[in-house]
Parts: sequence; structure tokens; C-alpha cells
Amino acid sequence: MLDSALELLRLQSAGEVSAVEIAQKALDAIEASQPRHHSFTFVDREGALRVAKSVDQRRAAGEDLGPLAGVPVAVKDVLCTQDMPTTCSSEMLRDFRPPYDATVVERLRRADAVIVGKTNMDEFAMGASTETSAFGITRNPWDTDRTPGGSSGGAAAAVAAGTVPLSLGTDTGGSIRQPSAFCGVTGLKPTYGRVSRYGLVAFASSLDQVGPIAWSADECALLLYTIAGFEPRDSTSLDQPVPDYAAATKSKDLRGLKIGLLRESLDAEGISHSVRAAVRDAIKVLADLGAEIIDVELPHREYWVPTYYVIAPSEASSNLSRYDGAHYGHRASEGVTDLLSMYCRSRAEGFGDEVKRRIMVGTYALSEGYADEYYNKALKVRRLIRGDYDAAFSQVDLLLGPVTPTPAFKLGEKVDDPIQMYLCDLFTVGANLAGVPAISLPGGFDEQGLPVGIQLQGPPLEEGRLLFVASAFQSATDHHTRRPTP
Amino acid sequence: MSKLSTTTIIGLEVHVQLKTESKLFCGCSTQFGRPPNTQVCPVCLGLPGALPVINEAAVELAVRAGLAINCSIPPMTKWDRKQYFYPDLPKGYQISQFDLPICADGFLEITDPADPDATRRIGIIRAHLEEDAGKSLHDEASGRGDSRIDLNRCGTPLLEIVSEPDLRTAEEALAYLTKLKETMTHLGVSDCEMQEGSLRVDANVNLHIEQDEHVIATPIVEVKNMNSFRSVAGALHFEAERQLAEWQETGQTIKTRGKRTFGWDDVKEVTYPQREKEESADYRYFPCPDLLPIRIPRERVEQLRQSLGETPDEARQRLQSQHGISIYDADVIVSQGPAMVQYFDTAAMTSGDGKRASSWVQQDVMRTLKEQGTDVESFGVAAEQLGELLAKVDAGDLTNDRARDVFKHLAAHDASVDEAIKALGIESVDSSEIESLVAELLQANPKVVEDVKGGNTKAVGALIGQARKRNPNANPQLVREVALRQIEAS
Ligand SMILES: [Zn+2]
Repeated sequence: MLDSALELLRLQSAGEVSAVEIAQKALDAIEASQPRHHSFTFVDREGALRVAKSVDQRRAAGEDLGPLAGVPVAVKDVLCTQDMPTTCSSEMLRDFRPPYDATVVERLRRADAVIVGKTNMDEFAMGASTETSAFGITRNPWDTDRTPGGSSGGAAAAVAAGTVPLSLGTDTGGSIRQPSAFCGVTGLKPTYGRVSRYGLVAFASSLDQVGPIAWSADECALLLYTIAGFEPRDSTSLDQPVPDYAAATKSKDLRGLKIGLLRESLDAEGISHSVRAAVRDAIKVLADLGAEIIDVELPHREYWVPTYYVIAPSEASSNLSRYDGAHYGHRASEGVTDLLSMYCRSRAEGFGDEVKRRIMVGTYALSEGYADEYYNKALKVRRLIRGDYDAAFSQVDLLLGPVTPTPAFKLGEKVDDPIQMYLCDLFTVGANLAGVPAISLPGGFDEQGLPVGIQLQGPPLEEGRLLFVASAFQSATDHHTRRPTP
Repeated sequence: MSKLSTTTIIGLEVHVQLKTESKLFCGCSTQFGRPPNTQVCPVCLGLPGALPVINEAAVELAVRAGLAINCSIPPMTKWDRKQYFYPDLPKGYQISQFDLPICADGFLEITDPADPDATRRIGIIRAHLEEDAGKSLHDEASGRGDSRIDLNRCGTPLLEIVSEPDLRTAEEALAYLTKLKETMTHLGVSDCEMQEGSLRVDANVNLHIEQDEHVIATPIVEVKNMNSFRSVAGALHFEAERQLAEWQETGQTIKTRGKRTFGWDDVKEVTYPQREKEESADYRYFPCPDLLPIRIPRERVEQLRQSLGETPDEARQRLQSQHGISIYDADVIVSQGPAMVQYFDTAAMTSGDGKRASSWVQQDVMRTLKEQGTDVESFGVAAEQLGELLAKVDAGDLTNDRARDVFKHLAAHDASVDEAIKALGIESVDSSEIESLVAELLQANPKVVEDVKGGNTKAVGALIGQARKRNPNANPQLVREVALRQIEAS
């Protein structure tokens, strides 16, 4: 079990441990965990040790080092890495190596982080259990019969299993927050545009965001600070200064802060007792820290999931058109008689069922004669949902509610029931549709010892406020310090 | 059966490649003719994770083009994805503009080919920006291993200009295309090099047939991707005949048959139907989530309008009024492009003789440029030099013939006008010299004196040749004047 990122930084500057020793320890932990959890699709042993060695040498030479020097980081396999495969956990990209790094990966390297490998995920980030990966499922370190969530299941499990202190996930409808909740770690989905999508293999471009996963909010602050900021190669990235998130988490005094409780979501159908209890406990903790809690509503919440499941597949159907076997990726070799059969066979073989399902749904929703009924209508509802958030944030500073209706479910339980799987996103997709930042943090455990998350959502670009409140919450609770038994 | 009266209804979609250094959404060069797949990057290759960023230069050129064809420029324009599968389209969609194009609602005035004194106003529905696809270098149906694709052109900025169905003949279509091409090249928006594919034409065509006081419309055919004006004319003539024959045979009208897509075979000179699949394409347009809408402030549009420069029509009118040349001459000069207009302007102003400058520019300058295979920007005779030379001709210091010698010398050497005159041994001859030369010649040619006195003044011409033999610099006009005066006085 690796120390926290902050502790690793301290130990290195104190000369108590070297980056190579840390990297070795992380690699050993991964090796031990892989057979049980399978969090990684690729481990770059040599690369990690080489970077760690160079960090040690540069430290010895008295050179300035980046803010993540010598800290092992895992990267979700949907982010392009020049020196490692980038598969999106899909047969389609099994052998794909991009010729460039994603902006966030570039920034990790510039911060002297040690990238140890790529983490498993639902194929093309479509799923809520990491069961749609073409390269095998990932198991929840708290209970290996259960899912770690998804789509960033590998990213959250890698942290929970103690193999790395930090990992990068992506969140289109909850794909950072839901696995963070299931794995008892902290995960933040930034404001849309806060972190560049350049080099993030697109699922739904208007919803996708890259964000940090770690045990604590303080560590998320450190990682977010490294990856956030304007990228001229991404037209949707925001040209706004990046605040010092670490400084934002110094104070633990919540007096004067108004937190809106999404009370209605606690009465939602199918929400488990433990989730309700975690939110109730959080109300008390936050109030004790000085926050004022008032009830608020996001009136169009019942339309979140249907709206999301029109917009996301529509964009996906377009984004995934490029995987046609013509230029890169999987190309069918059998049954190909002409161009059309090459396309059809390559895509039939390269994509899994869930990806195909969403491509079909999205293609339908954008088709002539149906676009007004589905896609265009969904865009209109999306505007109403944004309006709800604007109205809520005119009354309160943050929103508090659940992340998921239940703690981690059993592997295989929902994989054949897409509707049940989609309902995992009940409380998370709103932040993506509205483009606002949201954080999932450990809020307690159920009677079986499974972690339960709570969610805070903030106004655009107020990641600092989310991290401040989450850090204060964690200063008063110990849920985030509990570890699964190895 | 009496002959049917038919009208051809034509609308054109013209793709013009914008003259930018780099592609529409990435930094790759747009240079033509480079080795295949050498001008590509993750963005134009459509690699996973790569994102487009708009090239502002293309937006400005599109606005300039729009203003030149009298379009309005809406304050907001956006990007949409047009989706279809093809190997030369690596993303599986083309970034284009669907419902909010950058230019809307314009027109172009053309001279009516049937009446050179009349003009026709051809409506322009819209002009929108889009990225070009790559080139497939293979038999598209085979799909086998020897298919080759060059993506150099992929992502090159295009402006698609869509006319109203206002054109009625192939000749009008050509007049429209000529005018459009002239406008785009004149304003520096595009090179419109058809052989390089930087101007491509799709034509929508059908017939209106008058029968029993009713008008019957034949089904619309879109003839795609024509690369020369000759092809356009050929296709339009062919379609007019083919559609009439088809209607007579099948009776199909616009109400009973949807739009079809045809190609044009340059060798066989026929149109032919393309695959049915393309006809029923649903492009599933939707707003491109990777790009923000573009807002073009009013002030910026006005700035661009101010800096637009002269349109060809404006240039033609100005040359006529400012330099006193004919519409025909102005047309020849303007059709050579703005650099030639500027050259002529300078030469005309320096010489003070627009008509003489116009004739020299159209003959000597254009011929020499053609011989040298160069353009007017890098021509050896500067416009000021030509003007200076023509001023000397006007003043009677040089004959046209001698001026032509000087011009040739200037075109071949790096010299000033005076240096050239000196190098050619040309000296101006003063009038006393001419007086004595003429007196000598009259002495030697009494027959000429007699003829002139008898009323045949043309006889003096015989003296001019002799004078030039004795002194090549003698101005023939002057010799003639002096001779007539001396004979009269004798
Ligand atoms: Zn490029």
C-alpha cells in the first residue's frame, strides 16, 4: 500500500525515499494486484523506472523538479500516450499507439510524474461497471465479487488497491464519480473546458472531461492543478487562470457557506438506505463545520437520464465513425469483398455490444425525420437543465446529494440489462449536461463494509470551492482513510 | 407534333478553395502537388483524440468572398458535422456548415450572353465554409488491397457558393462561373485553378416543358464534381436533351421522381447516374461539439468591407472613366487580375495617356509576359518605366517603333529608360536638322514636289522612308509636316 501523494513528495524531499524506490513499490503493488483486480490494461515498468531514475538524478544535481516529481500516476486508457498503447479497452484499438500525448499526459510528464501504466475501462468509456472492456473485467478491491463501477473502474480500483496514489479518469456521465464512490476514493469531474480534451479519445465531446482520482481531496487538488488550464489546440478549453487549489483547501471553516441539499433525490425510487444515511451524516458534519444547509431543487432532474441517453449516443455515433478499418485500428480480414463489407465487418468485429447499441441509438436519434423528436429536443431540455443549475447557484454555494442510488453492485448483475445500468447515472449526469464541476467523496460504509459516496456540485469554475469543502469534510471524517483488506 | 418549348433551369454549387497558407482546422500546409500524405497531422488524419481549431484566415477570406458577391454576413455562424463513410474522409464526417452559413442571400450580375447590353442578376442562396476530403487513387468499387489514399488535401478550406436556380442556359452558367472566378481571383480569395481542383462545380438541372398551357418540370439531376467550364457546358447541354428524351419516354416529372446524382464523363461526353446509395444519403447533420460558434462583430464586417478593394466591375468602370478607355479595353485589362489593373493604372498615370497605355499593355506587355512565361508582378519593365516611355512617344521624342525597341531592351535588361535609349544609340533629332534634311530630299525629288503641288499630298510619304534611311531617329510625323510646309512655301 503506497503512501499518499503528498507524503511521497515529502519523503523524497526529506531524502528518506527515492523516486526509483517508490516506482518499484508501485510496480510491485500492481503486479500483486493485477491477478485479483485487473485495474491495468498496460504497465510500463521500464518507462516508469527510467523517469523515476531521472527524477532522482535531477534531485541529486539540485535541479528544480515539477510538482508531482517521483509520484506514480495511472492514466485511463482513453488518454493518448505516445509511448504506450491507447486501446480504450476496445478490440478496435487493441494495437493502436498514438503518435502524440494527450495534453493532460504532457502536463503530467512536465510535472515529473511517473506514469506507471494505463487503466482498464468500459469500452470507449461506455458503461458503468468496466464489464464492457474487451480485455476483461476489473474487480472492486473492497469486494472482488463486485464491480468497481465505470467507466473509469480501473482508475478508481488502482487507487483503492493501493497501487498508485493518483490516477486520471474521465467523466462523461459520472464515469469518475461513480467508480470513486464504489471504490471509496475521492474523484472530481471539473467544469467542462477546465481541463483540455486534446488527446482524450472522444465519447461524447460536449460532455467529456478529464479529472483526478485519489484518496483525498487534497491530493485531487494537487493533480487537478497539474492538468488544468487553457490549451490552444482545444477550442472548447477555457482560457481562465488556474487557481492554487492546494491553498484553497487550507481553511476548514465553513461558516458563511450555503449548501443546498437535493432532498428530493433522497426520496428517489431504488435509493438504498446506506446512501440516504451517508448524505444525512454529511449534512450533520458540514453543519458542524459551520455551513448553512438549505433545501433546493433541480426541477428537471427526472429528464437528466433520458436527455443524456440521447445526446451522448448521438455524439458517440459520430465520434466513433472514424473507426472504419481504413486508416488504423482493427480491419477485418475475412468476409471482405468490397469497401462496404470491409467497413461492416471491421466494425462488427472491432466493437462490443454496448458500443454498437449506443452507435445505433445515436444514429437513429440524428436521422432525418427523427432528429427533431430526439436530438434537437434533448438539446432544448439540456438548456432547461442548465437553467436549473443557474437558479440553484443563485441561492446556494454548493449542492449536496448522493452519487449513486446504491453501493457497488455484483459483477454480472446488470450487464445484460442496459436500463438498470443506465440508472446508475441517475444523480451524476446533471453535472455533465450543465457543464458544472462535481466531486464524489467517501461518505461512509454500508452494513457489508462497502464504501458509500456523497456528491458535491458547484458553479462553473468553482473547483476550488468543491475541494475546500471536501477537504474540510475529510478533516472531520475518516471514511477516506479506510482501506480495503488486501 | 409541334416542337415543344422548353426552358432549362440551372442552379450551381461552386466549391472554391480558399487561398490560405494552412488548412481549415490544423497547421498543415495547403501547398498543391506535394508527395502524398506529407502534409498531414493527427488533426487532419482524424486520429483519436485530436481536435480541430479554426483558422481565422479562412473565416476572413470567406467574409471577403461573401461581401464581394453581395451577401449578408450573419453575426453568428456555426459548424456542423456532415456524416458519411468514405476512405478519403478519415473522421467519418466532414466539418461543414448546415443551417447557419457564414454568408447568406447575395447575388452576382452577369452580362446576358443573349444580349451584350443587358445584365442578369443571379441570386446566391448562401456560401458556407467546409473542409475538403482527401483523394482516393483507386477503383472505388474494388475495396481491395491496392486502394491508395492521399490525405494532403484533407482539411483544406473550401467555400461552397450555392446559386439560386436562376440560370437558364449553359452560356449563362458559363458567364456566371467566369464572373465568379474573376471576382474570387481578383480579391485574392482563391486561385480558382481548375486543373488543381481549387474550383469545382456541381450543377442542379431540370427542364420546364410547356405543354397545353401547362408547365411540366422534369426530375432534378445533380451533376457532380466538374473540373472545367467545358465539362459544365457539355453536361448542361447533354442533360437538357437527355431529360427531354427521358420525359418523352417515361413521363416522369419532379413530382414522381426525386433528385438523382449524376457524374459527367469527359471522354464520352455523357452524364451517367451514380450509385443509388448516394442519392438516399442521410448526412445526419448536427452541431460539431468540438468547435464554438463564430461571432463576427458588425464592426469587423464593416472593416473587411472597407478593405475589400475594387471588385472587377468597379475596376472596369473606373478604368473607363478615369483613363478614358473603352469598355472592351477595360474588360481585357481587368480580366488579367488586380496586378494588371494596377500596372495599367500606373503606366496610364505616368504617361498621361490612358489610351496609349491601354494599347501597349494589351499588346506589348501581355505578349511579352506570355513569351517570357512570367507574371506582371515580376515583369522586367516597371509600370513607371512604361509610362515614362509612352510620355516620350506622346511628346514626339520617340517614334512608336523606336519606343518598341526601347521596351524590348528594358524587358531584357536591368536599365532605366534613358539608359536603354542611349544603349540603342537613339538620339533625339532637333528640328533644324530635320529642316535641312527635308530641304536636301526635296531637292533630290522634284517629282514629289510636283505631285504634292498638284494636290497629291500622299506623295510626301516617299520622302519619309528616305529620311529614316539617312537618320533612323527622324520622327516621321515631323518629316511629313516639315516637307509639306517647305513645299507650300516654295
Ligand atoms: Zn493537419
